[in-house]
Amino acid sequence: MMRFLHKLASPKTFYALSGRIIPWAGVSALLLILVGAYWGLVEAPADYQQGDSFRIIYVHVPAAWMSLFVYVVMAGAGAIGLIWRIKLAEIIAISSAPIGASFTFLALVTGSLWGKPMWGTWWVWDARLTSELILLFLYLGVMALYGAVEDKRTASRAAAILAIVGVVNIPIIHYSVEWWNTLHQGPTVTKLDKPSIAPEMLWPLLIMALGFKLYYVATVLMRARVELLERERNSRWVQEMVEAG
Amino acid sequence: MSGLSTPRAMALLLRRDLLLAYRRRAELVNPLLFFVLIASLFPLGLGADSRLLQAAGPGIVWVSALLAALLSLDGMFRSDFEDGTLEQLMLSAHPVSLLVLAKVFAHWLVTGVPLILVSPLIGLLLSIPGEAMGVLVVTLLLGTPVLSLIGAVGVALTVGLRRGGIILSLLVLPLYVPVLIFASSAVDAAASALPVGPQLYILGAMLVAAVSLAPVAAAASLRVSLS
Amino acid sequence: MNELRDFFHMGGYAVYVWTSYGLAAAVLLANVIHPLLQRRRLFALLARRRRRAARN
Repeated sequence: MMRFLHKLASPKTFYALSGRIIPWAGVSALLLILVGAYWGLVEAPADYQQGDSFRIIYVHVPAAWMSLFVYVVMAGAGAIGLIWRIKLAEIIAISSAPIGASFTFLALVTGSLWGKPMWGTWWVWDARLTSELILLFLYLGVMALYGAVEDKRTASRAAAILAIVGVVNIPIIHYSVEWWNTLHQGPTVTKLDKPSIAPEMLWPLLIMALGFKLYYVATVLMRARVELLERERNSRWVQEMVEAG
Repeated sequence: MSGLSTPRAMALLLRRDLLLAYRRRAELVNPLLFFVLIASLFPLGLGADSRLLQAAGPGIVWVSALLAALLSLDGMFRSDFEDGTLEQLMLSAHPVSLLVLAKVFAHWLVTGVPLILVSPLIGLLLSIPGEAMGVLVVTLLLGTPVLSLIGAVGVALTVGLRRGGIILSLLVLPLYVPVLIFASSAVDAAASALPVGPQLYILGAMLVAAVSLAPVAAAASLRVSLS
Repeated sequence: MNELRDFFHMGGYAVYVWTSYGLAAAVLLANVIHPLLQRRRLFALLARRRRRAARN
């Protein structure tokens, strides 16, 4: 078992294996996202209160889920990289950051686009939006730190520590923001939290979420492969690959 | 190794840092001035309506305190990094996290405590009512050590960088959000004669968590930065 | 025809819904294109370096 894992963690094996996973994950992600979007935009009935504007949740909610999920994966991979000195885990961690930041950005912007017709303004200091905003700052911090340190090994380890510190803080930030929110505004702005959702509205949501997850798998592997090539550019297997064209 | 016990080593380190700070006491005034300046800019921007200031006061004091704490952070490890002391500390037989804790404590004593001492003055400028002033001091007493501790992790991560200052603020400020929320809300509640127990307990819990976790993270960060 | 127009109209929320979906598509696409471009750049760089090394 350990042997298998070590082999898996060897750059060359990872490169080949991930090359085979990417098309599968990518294509199924594309299909799922298309089905989810069609279902969400066309098939699902309009919400009786929010009309057609609620269809934004099929982007907003999966993006918000993914923003947290990717952060946890990033911190987890970072921890594995730090503890067992596995280069690949470091690479996965740092490759996750821009993707997670994209999801966070999407969640923020779609939340705002949803908020405009619902609340009448583009931005409300709603608990979820505020948390997402801070999460975006955390992502940007990790990326900035990684970019600032010259040596990429050191950079990814520093970024991993920051991600772990962030992951410890995320629940605290989330609950403090939630608490702050209930304190400062009445419970009027809870339209984003749907207490119960009809199944024909829920299915596209789940499909979309699964599609986003597979999309993350595909893109994080793509990024990790490039990062791996950059770091291993002087090794023989990369040279051979360049030679082969 | 020498027979120095860890608490003794921590005490020595604390004394050394305080002594060094005393020799450079002119520099220590700067964050303090910054604190007073920022806080006095707000009324100029917002207008001198005392009701408005009273409502915004707790937030202003705390945001100013965050910025002043941020400004002072850079000095925590900088000189020790430059003259090699930090590397010596890493090589010592004592747990680095505890040595870091001693350094953070020294840093808080010379930057956090003065901040707390001038805060009633700021409170006065922002017309925070007298009953809330005590609570303001208590929140700063509980909150500023947390700022120093979290800040230590950020400084440890950026100490090797030539222009770490702006990145440091990006790393640290989001992590300060919970302290800001609970501290300013406590002062706010006190100003309207509401109970402040829950906020203070949570701040206390944050302090305990920060004291026990942040030095470990800072030590690990220093190890990475110095490698 | 009417159905299609209703679909794009989105019950009056067209701007918000379509901006959301369009933006999502753009961001997701960007995350796919970026590593592809980076990869091509890296390969070009490495190939150039190899040629230079072979010449000397």
